[in-house]
Amino acid sequence: METKYISKSGIEQWFKSIVDSGKRVYAPVNSRDQIEFKRVKNLSEVADEYVQTTQSIKASVYPKAEVLFSYEKEHGKVHLTDFNPDSIPETVLWKVHPCDAAGFKPLSAIFNWDSPDKLHNAHVQKTSVISFSCAMADESCFCTSVNGSPGNLAGSDIQLTMLPDGGAIAEIVTPKGEALVALSPTVFEADKGEDKTKYLVDLPARFSLEEVNAKLNKAFNSTVWKEQSERCIGCGACAFVCPTCACFDIQEDVHGSTGRRIRCWDACGFGLFTLHTSGHNPREHQSQRWRQRLLHKFSYMPARLNVVGCTGCGRCSRACPVDMNILEHITSIAEQ
Amino acid sequence: MEKLRERAAAILADGTVSLVIGYEEGTKRPRPLFCHDGESARKLIFDSRCFHNLAVYLTKKELVGNGRFAVTATISTLRSIMQLYVENQLSEDKLLILTVDLSGTLREFVTFDEISAYVEQFELKRSEREQAILTRIEGMTREERWNFWQEEMSHCFKCYACRSACPLCYCTKCVVEVNRPQWINPWPAPVANMEWHINRAMHMVGRCTACGACGDACPVGIPIDLITRKMMEDMAPEFGYIPGLPVKKGNALSTWKLDDREQFIR
Amino acid sequence: MSEKNTYLPYLMTIDKVTKEAPGVKTFRLKFQDEAEAEAFEFKAGQFGEYSAFGEGESTFCIASSPTRKGYIECTFRDTGRVTSGLSSLEEGSTMGFRGPYGNVFPLDEWKGKNLVFIAGGIALPPMRCVIWNALDLRENFKDITIIYGAKSVNDLVYKSELKEWSERPDVNMVTTVDPGGETSDWKGEIGFVPTIVDKVAPSAENTIAIVCGPPIMIKFTFPVLEKLGFRDDQVYTTLENRMKCGVGKCGRCNVGKLYICKDGPVFSKEELNLIPAEEY
Repeated sequence: METKYISKSGIEQWFKSIVDSGKRVYAPVNSRDQIEFKRVKNLSEVADEYVQTTQSIKASVYPKAEVLFSYEKEHGKVHLTDFNPDSIPETVLWKVHPCDAAGFKPLSAIFNWDSPDKLHNAHVQKTSVISFSCAMADESCFCTSVNGSPGNLAGSDIQLTMLPDGGAIAEIVTPKGEALVALSPTVFEADKGEDKTKYLVDLPARFSLEEVNAKLNKAFNSTVWKEQSERCIGCGACAFVCPTCACFDIQEDVHGSTGRRIRCWDACGFGLFTLHTSGHNPREHQSQRWRQRLLHKFSYMPARLNVVGCTGCGRCSRACPVDMNILEHITSIAEQ
Repeated sequence: MEKLRERAAAILADGTVSLVIGYEEGTKRPRPLFCHDGESARKLIFDSRCFHNLAVYLTKKELVGNGRFAVTATISTLRSIMQLYVENQLSEDKLLILTVDLSGTLREFVTFDEISAYVEQFELKRSEREQAILTRIEGMTREERWNFWQEEMSHCFKCYACRSACPLCYCTKCVVEVNRPQWINPWPAPVANMEWHINRAMHMVGRCTACGACGDACPVGIPIDLITRKMMEDMAPEFGYIPGLPVKKGNALSTWKLDDREQFIR
Repeated sequence: MSEKNTYLPYLMTIDKVTKEAPGVKTFRLKFQDEAEAEAFEFKAGQFGEYSAFGEGESTFCIASSPTRKGYIECTFRDTGRVTSGLSSLEEGSTMGFRGPYGNVFPLDEWKGKNLVFIAGGIALPPMRCVIWNALDLRENFKDITIIYGAKSVNDLVYKSELKEWSERPDVNMVTTVDPGGETSDWKGEIGFVPTIVDKVAPSAENTIAIVCGPPIMIKFTFPVLEKLGFRDDQVYTTLENRMKCGVGKCGRCNVGKLYICKDGPVFSKEELNLIPAEEY
């Protein structure tokens, strides 16, 4: 990894060179009173002064709805057309938070468990991540409790840490990052030796993952799930804003004799998620579904995929209509 | 508020009810609270910041069980409870309603008529936010309106928070989940989103009491509550209803009378 | 990139349709692509995702034995959108198949043992695969007992095979129907499967019991086996949770730390004890 300095005007020039290279650039934009990742052409469109985007960047590597393959039926025969990875354009994600970039690892771990996921991998391959370390946090943030930090480099190709002069420390993490630097190499100057940590928000850890994991391993039959989830209304808001939630549905989009098989986002919180055709539902109650959500992230994923299914971004807590606050709930389990 | 806590604790203690659904302080704003004993009733609060429509929980058997239960109700919650009574989803012998009126007095209701007499005093007015957006929308041409909603709906990712937060969306299997035939494509996409939201709105006309819970719940900030609200405002006078005041004679669109005005048939 | 798309099904021709019971059909499927047919291998206990193009995918076990080459079979009941779509397909038409997925019955470990197959209703198909597999390698096993029950005579599936098995001298075949489900000429047992297991009372000595059926049947059969002296590592079952992907990603069949699609569908009772019973 290489550390460089990039000035304010250097950032502007570099951003332009990325856009001019023909890659799609997505960045947080303030519109409709929400900060959302949108396609941008100019640096001036990019939002500043906010803690978190409403949605994560998950959709860039795991679209809300994506065609797995399409087919055509003719006289009892079927012709299949496979997903084409070349159809995915080169994409640069600008101003990603470290907690979002860190979400790529658990996502990819789920999608590639044993059998590789051609679609997800094609997106990942075509996506470069330029993260910005965090100078701000709010009461929902807890990345430092889940192996992350405001300056965590995991999942980033380049990370910028903004400096008071409008320039930034640029940490070039991966070959993909180097390729982005190569679009405008002259603006990357020698490292000025600035201490990055001075510019990061101070966010003390709120719980120990190991402790939580140990507690959860014994908590399946605990009454805590019912107590915590009584107010949960069973929507999918938490799952859909989450950078690591990957549960999906497979659906059929039919138009006469042609059709497409579609993978779309689903959520373990939905009552019908596990319903059998027979009417039997293994997770009949909301408390069981809430338990599944927490255990999957903090117990099952660490056990099976060796990765925690939470990056501490706090989006689920912010999005929840009834204040199901994940930090509050996990901390209370840790303290039990 | 202290009276409310005492009363809640008392009815839990003497077995009048087995559950009181109310509000407690949340991490940012008040949130729903389920009290099963006097201890938890001490956490109860009830003030103007309490915005959740708790009527949404009253039809969930796994929460309320088969016994009698109580709910602390805002005016919005009361309107929904009336509508649930009209739709035979709640029975008066199962529910005790607690509320605090404007003078700070604890009030209790059981019957539809008691609630109605109380709610009648409150006119359903547009809030500042509602007024601002609706005025804007009402000033649009038909095409501009379509474009506005198309843009808004394009942000929907079908988390169904709107449906989950709505006390009147109590179907055990929603139309969007019916797949024989597949009325609505269930994935998020521009047309499929429109299909869902139009269907939702149509299922709400004549039933929605404009509590705004769907709009509050939307994590991506779509003002979907305004669709059903506007439809209610437009529908009510046509059928002789008062907006937000359900009446025992039933829902406008599921009842039929010989003297219904039919001037819309051209 | 030559990575394979997991979700892209094999194209299969429906070679033969057999009506088993009301709403229940067996399809014999052949690979349309010869190379795919050649490369395809599976073992008893595995399952797949079957496509009706235009309706979607549904999960069933492979009901034929791996010892019978050149085709696979599946048996399903017309209950939902996909199964009804499949059911309407005729011989010669095309459908899709993804698989094989999941783990297998450890037949190699069962060499030299007695086998008791206990199945109820539409749960015979996952069993049929391993029954034929064992029968085709008959010399590897000692006594083979099959106890199969359904709601009524009409609901029994694989009727010609039931007859074939009952006529074999090397199979102890017991067929039963629920009380009230018998016809006037019914010669088999009358009673629920657990009751009949108790009556037949297979010896637990050097025996493996394979139980497959609706949750209620399994729930009442396990204690009977326990009474007969079967240890948890002598009892196997196969689970069918709702699945979409079949390969451990979609999240539906996750039960405790296990995934039915990857760690299962075959579990010994010993393994089942490690996961929460309420979630399968």
